[in-house]
This record gives sequence, C-alpha cells and structure tokens, in this order.
Amino acid sequence: MSESTPAALPSAPGPVRRAGAARLLLAHPLGLVSAIVLAAVVAGVLLAPVLSPQDPDVSNLRDAFGGPAAGHPLGFDSAGRDILTRLLHGGRNTLGGAVIALAVALALGVPSGLLAGYRGGRFDSAAGWVVNLVMALPAMVVLLASRAILGPTVWVLMVVLGFLVAPVFFRLVRGIVANVRNELYVDAAKVSGLRDRRIVARHVLIVVRAPIIIQVALVSGIAVGLQAGLEFLGIGSGDTPTWGAMLNEAFKNIQRAPLLMLWPGLALGLTNGALVLLAAALRDVLEDRGAAPAVRRRRAPAPEAPRGTDGTPAGAGGRARLLSVRDLAVSYALPGGGEREVVHGVDLDVRAGEIVGLVGESGSGKTQTAFSILGILPEGGRVSRGSITVEGQEIVGMPERRHRALRGDVVAYVPQEPMSNLDPAFTVGSQLVEPMRCKLGISRAEATRRALDLLSLVEIADPRRTFGSYPHEISGGMAQRVLIAGAMSCDPRLLIADEPTTALDVMVQAEVLGLLRRLQRERGLGVLLVTHNLGVVADLCDRVAVMKQGRIVETGTAEQVLHAPGDPYTQRLLGAVLDDVPARGPWRPSNAEVS
Amino acid sequence: MLSFIARRTAAGAVLLFVISFLSYTLLSIPDTDVGRQLLGQGASQDLVDARNAALGLDRPTAVQYADWLAHAVRGDFGTSWFSGENVMRAIANRLPVTISLMVGVTLVTAVLAFGLGVWAGVRRGAVDRFVQVFAVVGYALPAFLVTLVIVLVFAVHLRWFPAIGYVGLTESFTGWLSTVTLPVVSLAVVSVAGVAQQVRGSVIDVMRQDYVRTLRARGLPPWRIILRHVVRNASAPALAVLGMQFVGMLGGAVLVEQIFGLPGIGSMTVNYTTRGDIPVIMALVMVSVTVVIVINLVVDILIGWLNPKARIA
Repeated sequence: MSESTPAALPSAPGPVRRAGAARLLLAHPLGLVSAIVLAAVVAGVLLAPVLSPQDPDVSNLRDAFGGPAAGHPLGFDSAGRDILTRLLHGGRNTLGGAVIALAVALALGVPSGLLAGYRGGRFDSAAGWVVNLVMALPAMVVLLASRAILGPTVWVLMVVLGFLVAPVFFRLVRGIVANVRNELYVDAAKVSGLRDRRIVARHVLIVVRAPIIIQVALVSGIAVGLQAGLEFLGIGSGDTPTWGAMLNEAFKNIQRAPLLMLWPGLALGLTNGALVLLAAALRDVLEDRGAAPAVRRRRAPAPEAPRGTDGTPAGAGGRARLLSVRDLAVSYALPGGGEREVVHGVDLDVRAGEIVGLVGESGSGKTQTAFSILGILPEGGRVSRGSITVEGQEIVGMPERRHRALRGDVVAYVPQEPMSNLDPAFTVGSQLVEPMRCKLGISRAEATRRALDLLSLVEIADPRRTFGSYPHEISGGMAQRVLIAGAMSCDPRLLIADEPTTALDVMVQAEVLGLLRRLQRERGLGVLLVTHNLGVVADLCDRVAVMKQGRIVETGTAEQVLHAPGDPYTQRLLGAVLDDVPARGPWRPSNAEVS
Repeated sequence: MLSFIARRTAAGAVLLFVISFLSYTLLSIPDTDVGRQLLGQGASQDLVDARNAALGLDRPTAVQYADWLAHAVRGDFGTSWFSGENVMRAIANRLPVTISLMVGVTLVTAVLAFGLGVWAGVRRGAVDRFVQVFAVVGYALPAFLVTLVIVLVFAVHLRWFPAIGYVGLTESFTGWLSTVTLPVVSLAVVSVAGVAQQVRGSVIDVMRQDYVRTLRARGLPPWRIILRHVVRNASAPALAVLGMQFVGMLGGAVLVEQIFGLPGIGSMTVNYTTRGDIPVIMALVMVSVTVVIVINLVVDILIGWLNPKARIA
C-alpha cells in the first residue's frame, strides 16, 4: 500500500493556540452548524432518562405502528414502543460504542505512532508490519467472527473495532513525526541538550495535535456507521435499543411502514454528517487554510488600450518586429475580489538575432513579464493593460487558439528548474516527439528522427539512451539540455529563457550558456534571457533591461548598463555583485564549445 | 518486475499464514460444545462425544490447526460443522455473486469518479462545489443507510427494481441486471464520492506543476495536456484510494447483500460466522484476505506502471 491517507495528510499543520482555535471554529459557518448539531445530539443522548416520555422497553401492542400522539411526538414502532424514547436511549448505545472504539484506537495508535516515527528503526518496521497485517483484515468479517468468539456484546465488539481502526492513527502520527524528526528546530533542540521526552512533548506533540483532532472527527463518523451497521445486521444484544437495531426493525417492516426508517436514519445521518463537516471545518481552522477560496473563473475583462504619450496607440515606429512589449501590466485576482497589479507598464523589445537580458531581483516581475508573452500566466493572473506584439501580431486579446499556435512554433520557452519541468511519467523521447507531431503534423518515425537529431544538437553524448530515459534517470544539466532541445524542436524564432542556469552547478552553467549562445548564433534567434545573474548578462547579452518592483528602471546596451549604469538601483545591483565576487572575464566562444 | 511480484506473493503467503494461525487460535477459545449444539439437549453424552470425535474436535487445538493447514494448502477447507456442506463448493457457488457486485462497483466508480474528479479539478466552479458536497455526503453516510434509502425510493416506492433476490447472469441477462443494479448503485455512491474527491485534489495539484506549464508553452492543446499528462500523473494516488475502497467494499458487501438478499459471500459471512462454524469462517477469512492482498498487489503494479519513479526494478 502507498503511504497516503487520502483524507488525512495535512500539508503544513501550523500550531494554533487552543482558545483561538475554538473561537475560530465557531466563527466558521460549517463548524458552527455541525458543533450545534453535535451538541444537541450529545445533550439529548446524555439526558435521555429525563427527556424520554417513558421507559425504552415499555411496549403496548395496541399502539403498534401508531402515529404521533399526545406525549409521544414521534409515534410508535412495530412493537408499540415510543420512538422518541428508543431514539434517545439508542443514541447512548450507538455513540457510546463509537467512543469506546475511538478511545481504544487512540490509545493504541498515537503512542505507537509517536514512537515509531520518532525512533524509527526496529520498532518502526515491526509496528509497520503489524499495521499492514491489521489493514489487510476485512473489518466486517473480523467483527462478525469476533462475535462468534466473544459473544454478542456490542461493547466488546467496539473494542475490537478500536483495534482495527488504530492503524489509521498510527500511520497518521508516524508519517508526521518522521517528517518532523529531521526538521532543523528538532535538531536544534537535540543539540541544546533537551531530552527526548521533552522534545516530543514540546515540539512533536504540537505538530500532530491538529491532524489527530481532525482524524478523530472522521473516525468517529466511521465508528458510528460501523456500530450501526453491526446492529442493523442483528449482531447486537437482543432488545437493547440502538439506532442500527431500530433501522433493522424498520427495514423488516419496510413495505408496511416505510416511515419507521425516518427517525433513526435521520439521527444517524445527521450525526455522521455533522462529524464529517466538523472535520472539514477543523481542517480549515487548525491548518489555517480556511481562506483559500477558489479563484472564480470569469471572463477576463479586456485589457485597457495601450497608453501612448500622444493618446494614439504606441507608435509602430521604434517597435521591434520580433517582440515588442509596450506598457504591459499584469494583475492577479485577490481572494476577496478586486485585483493587485504586479507589473506596471513594462516596455521591452527583442530583435531577431539579439539577446536581451531582463535583469532584476526575485519578485521584480521578470517572470510575470515572460509568462505574459508566452500566454501562460498562472490561474488568477491576466494581462490587464498594454500591448505585446510577436512578429507584428498583437497577442493581447488574441483568441487562445491562435495564441497557442504561436507557442512552440514562433515563441519557445526554456524554464528555470529542469527536473520539475519534465513530466515524470513519460520518457524524454515521448515528451520531445509529442509536441512535434502535434505542431508540425509529422509522423512518429519522422518526429523520432528529429528528436534524436535535436538531442545531439544540444550536445548530449548518447541521444538514443537519453531518448528512452525517464526524467528521474538523467541529471539536472542533461534535463536542461533536453528542455532546450524541446524548445528548439519546432524551429522558433524567439526563445524566452527564464533563469535557464540558476538551478545548475557552475560547470554545467557555463556549458548550457555556451549552448544557448551557439544555437542563437546558428539560427539567428532572438532571445529574452530572464536572469538575476549579472555575470550571465556580461557573458551573453547584447542589450539589458533592468527591472525593479514591476517597472523597467533602465535599458541600454550591455556595455552601457554594466559600465555606466544610470539608475541608482542598477548601480546597487552591480555593486552587490562586484563587491564579493571577482568579475568574470569576457565570454570566449572557445571556452564553452570545447566542453 | 517478476521478482517484485514473487517477493510480494511470498510476503502475502506469510501474512495469510500468520492470520490463519491467529484466527484459528482465537476462534477455538470459546470451547463451544459443537456436538451438543448439533444433536440438541436430548442427546446422550456418548452420542455427543462420538459426534465431536467424528469432527476431530476431541484433539488439542494445535493438532486441529495443523490438520486444517495441511488440508487448506491443498485447497480443501473441509465441511461446515452445521450444514455439512463442502466449504469450498459453497464459497465457489457464492463467489460469482459478490465478484460481479464488486467488479460492477469498481467499473462504475472508476468511470464516474475519474470523470467527475477531472472535470471538477479542471473546470472548478459549480462542478467542483458539487463534487465536494457529494464527497462529504458520501463520506458521512454509512453505506447501509444509503442503501436503505435507495431501496425505499426505487424498490418500495417507485417499484422500478425488485427489492430482494438474485438472478444468475447465466440464467437471464436482464434479470441479472435488474437484481444487481440497485446493490451496485448503493455501494458505488460511497466509493465514487471518495475517489472523485481524491482525483479532484490530485488533478488540481498536477495542474499547478511546472511541467504542465512547460507543456502549455510548447503549444499543446489543453485537452491533450489534460488527458495525457494530467490524468496520468493524477491517477496514482487515486488508484491507491480506489484500492482501499475495494477493500472497504468487502464490508459494504456484507450489509448490501444482506439487505438485497443476494446469495453472495457477504450474506454467507453473516449466516455462518455468528454460529461459530470454524471451517466456514476460516475459509471466508482466507478468501477475503487473499482478495485484499491481490488488490494491493494489482494497485501497486498499476501505480508503478503509471509512475516510473515508483517502479521497482
């Protein structure tokens, strides 16, 4: 089995102060409603002797199947017993059984999970084996068999159920603790000499608390359901009222009085529903991802017309034919409605055969600008203003289908992080072949041949082997070459490279940069090179645009910007590089092409 | 691959052995006087003893277990104490009912849950909210309660389908279909809800992956990216859940078969286990554990096929 518990694994359980959590839960609409329902059910069940009109076993056959009467608001069952009374007393047994199962499961699962997760080693593997064994047991069969062994006492069966459910808690706690064990703050606690017991109490328990509480709500639902299911099968002890037994009796009379099912069914459904909703609300509150409303899909409003200085659309004169960006603004929808602009009016040109560097610190909007040109802004983002032309065609407001036709063919993309940009489920070869077949309409054999050519073009030593490899079988530098080959596969004229070397180690960086330079020269490509590395700019770029907080602060030739920066921000950027890193010599083609 | 299957099969055999030993030992604890139960209070002690001896119950538990094991490994699970039926034959008669139920539910679940989950994960909006509400409802309600409501509406009230009974597939296809539809739907509600929720979650995760963006940047059409890349990458966790649902379905089948009066393994479990019929219980435990082991193995192989990283050499 895989290690995933579908409903349970939290992404990042953040410790929340308890009082605050309770208040937040009641402020959560679902949380409030389910808490009220559960409180009502528990109160009704606890106060059953006070609230019920009579003793649960009093029956009067004259009243059998009787409807509501004075003092008997819900009517009578098939034996003439008061339904409200049976319902309240039945809840005691049904919920009580669930509580027992839960207590056993927690008592077994949590400590063993803590120990296995924190200590690992032999106890971990032994416990894991037992857990796998228990999880292979079909719960219903075991419970029925246990009844044969232990007799028809539901309470005892609930203890067995607790055993069967304990692995849920074990796996949950073990998984989280094993993750936390290697966290820096636990290391720090160990180094500072804290004892294990104290570390577990102070640092580890806090992390598992929220997921356990959530899981308790879910497991209670399951326990209540299974308890009722067993009772429904008639496993219970004779005449004891429970919701399951009431449903069983109702089912026997389904043709005669189908409404008998209503009340116990409702009680069971409401209790379970409230528990599951409570779990959902708890997850929102305790794991602090309550305010994650899905960004509503709506038609993006048309971007405002480009602001030319003289009121006319930015003049065609002075705009590069290959790529020209004027007054580009990018905005993101905010969860509460409204938008936030992250790029504020960027102007940029790339001519055929030139490499333009787009420089700036992280968060300055470089990547957003690049994604806008490609039309691949993430969900919620849109071009809110401005004009982008590629080969003279305006792409802002262009129908997606036509824009898509440009991607790959005219504009291509080399991403930053090589490993995460290859689909792990497909071989390198099939990821190269698929776009070519799709975009160029060529046969598989033809696409395969071209893919192998491309792989040797990007200086991969054994193209055939790489072609058949999965992404996890190749190195980062190799993966970046594959991505460059993919970008080149449909003969684009503009290459947008987003930090293409940041994730690679220094030797490989130089090789990949050399490769980009060579391809650019051989094919006369225009390249927009997004980078924060001024050394790369000095090596490769003809012109540079410096970006800061969503604006271009300086543009010019590489020499101009690097040697005589006009903007104070550029000066600081340069200063930061030159202070602690020796400046690199000018780029020499022989250097890179040797490797 | 072969060595992986071999290792898992060996581990499964060990698991079966341990479980069989524990079950047999635990089942023997109550020390029921089976002979007395069979012959009634009026029978003489001599007759009862003779009956117990004939069943082999006069021997120590360990010997009984060894004897059981020696036969079981050859596929002979003996005869029922109470009905005298050959256990293996009884199970073989009933297994097709349960299997057709579970295969039906799995197919319905796979199709509906993947359809709904992918749709919700890609489109979001109203479909997404529907799937999430459906998932909560499906998770919250015990399967047998859902089943009762379905019986009430479609069998008792609307009378579209028979409330109880079973017609074999070989006797009449339409008859089989009409008796199997409601049970399958009842079980499917819960499993579709669970799996669709998981598919939705993984689809949303995968849609945010860098490689999906890169595939878009290559100019591939969205449907192609979704059907080929997103669905495949989102399938592995969903399959794990589907596997767990299948295991849970063994329990659900017990209730559903009982409600619809289907002569399957589930109703057999209820009828025989409550009487403490050890040969039958042991066979049922072995069959269900085997099913669980096989399902887990199949799921792991499928996940390995979908996700090359998880592939075991």
